[in-house]
Amino acid sequence: MPGGRHPHRGLIATVEQIVIVGGGLAGHRAAEALRKAGFGGAVVLVGDETHRPYDRPPLSKQLLAGSMTADETLYRVSADANVTWTLGQAAVSLDRDRQVVRLADGTEVPYDGLMITTGRRARSWPELPELEGFHVLRSLDDAAGFREAVSSTSRVVIVGAGFIGCEVAATLRGLGVTEVAVVDIAPFPMPVLGAEVGKRAITLHEQNGVRFFLSTSVSGFAGQGGRVSGVDLADGRSLPADVVLLALGSAPNTEWLEGSGLELLDGAVLCDEHCVAVGTSNIVAAGDVAAWPHPQAGRPICIEHWAIARDMAATAATNLLADPGGRASFATVPTFWSDQYSVKMKSAGLLAVADRFEVVEEDTEKPSLVVEAFRGQELIGAIVFNKNKAIIGYQRALAGQLAGAR
Amino acid sequence: MKIILDTNLCEAHGDCVLAAPDIFDLDDDDNVATMLIAEPGEEYRTQLEEAARMCPVAAIRIED
Repeated sequence: MPGGRHPHRGLIATVEQIVIVGGGLAGHRAAEALRKAGFGGAVVLVGDETHRPYDRPPLSKQLLAGSMTADETLYRVSADANVTWTLGQAAVSLDRDRQVVRLADGTEVPYDGLMITTGRRARSWPELPELEGFHVLRSLDDAAGFREAVSSTSRVVIVGAGFIGCEVAATLRGLGVTEVAVVDIAPFPMPVLGAEVGKRAITLHEQNGVRFFLSTSVSGFAGQGGRVSGVDLADGRSLPADVVLLALGSAPNTEWLEGSGLELLDGAVLCDEHCVAVGTSNIVAAGDVAAWPHPQAGRPICIEHWAIARDMAATAATNLLADPGGRASFATVPTFWSDQYSVKMKSAGLLAVADRFEVVEEDTEKPSLVVEAFRGQELIGAIVFNKNKAIIGYQRALAGQLAGAR
Repeated sequence: MKIILDTNLCEAHGDCVLAAPDIFDLDDDDNVATMLIAEPGEEYRTQLEEAARMCPVAAIRIED
């Protein structure tokens, strides 16, 4: 970040208005970071939801459990952030020649600098039958609809044993929902964490009354009276269901960038190591809509973690304000957490590149667990259950490696 | 500089320990963050702002 008396030298000399498209964590943190860096121009935040930026991790946990209200998920925004909110309006296109973002109602919002933080949306099922009872969980409104639909006597089938699927299963059991089944084609839940963690996750959930249907897929859905009544599996079994949660991962919200000339990678905005959209000088992206070259990945990747959105938005904002020569690289140790029952799971490192996982410590009573992840002989990450101090040590070691590699 | 650590919000993520290791630690049971210095001096401001920024549950506030 350029400092001192000339905070906006070079490129930024003409920047009067920065438009942030996307009102999630990355958008919120981007606005804060622009002000912290001393940007005195206008900041316009465009969001397709009517809510102000809110925190998503509680949606599958505290909000669903009822221990947190929707209002409590809203981020505190300081008054001096001075953000012009344009909420409930999706951006529908980007004209880079004229430097305007066009909104659904036809309004054009001009920008000097643009921050893309549109995030991702829940994937649905292809050709979902027109029945009541299907849900996804990504937004505050999704969470409210799902919570409304579920009662303790509901038979709930969760399609997808990723983090959202597992967290929701745990929360529903905590709420006393008796029939909770989870289906996934993978042999273990949360497969990115490897088989050792996966096996223990099965035990944890089964001890708490969740039924898993793994290594199989959904072949179709049954309906009765306009409502879903069952989930048919490829192995011939059939699960009765009143409520089906589709927890199938996410897709980037970048349709509005079609025709803009921005380069996309698997739908995500392709960025350089400075979070700058490739081929541009005044457009940055942050969070899980952005693909960027993580030093340990060897190629641009998209990391859908809360902490990546938090940190990348700050780097992207300061880089947007900086001289091209003064931009900082975004290189960080990815970290992740999940809460299921009384287990706090945490990971550090780029687990996607691991080829081996090794249990180094375990207490089945507590329960606690430390698993190390390797690529060849190189320690590239770790996963813990209820070992919050231990993961800090790994985070420090991995950050040291990352700094040494650059 | 007064630091408010809301232990009701704290989930022991430990990001504050990474950001400001002289000020924060986790308790022996790993359940909650603790403060090693109650009223840290100005020299810690940058670290503390980073700790507050990083906290996933906004449990840290700085009051001047």
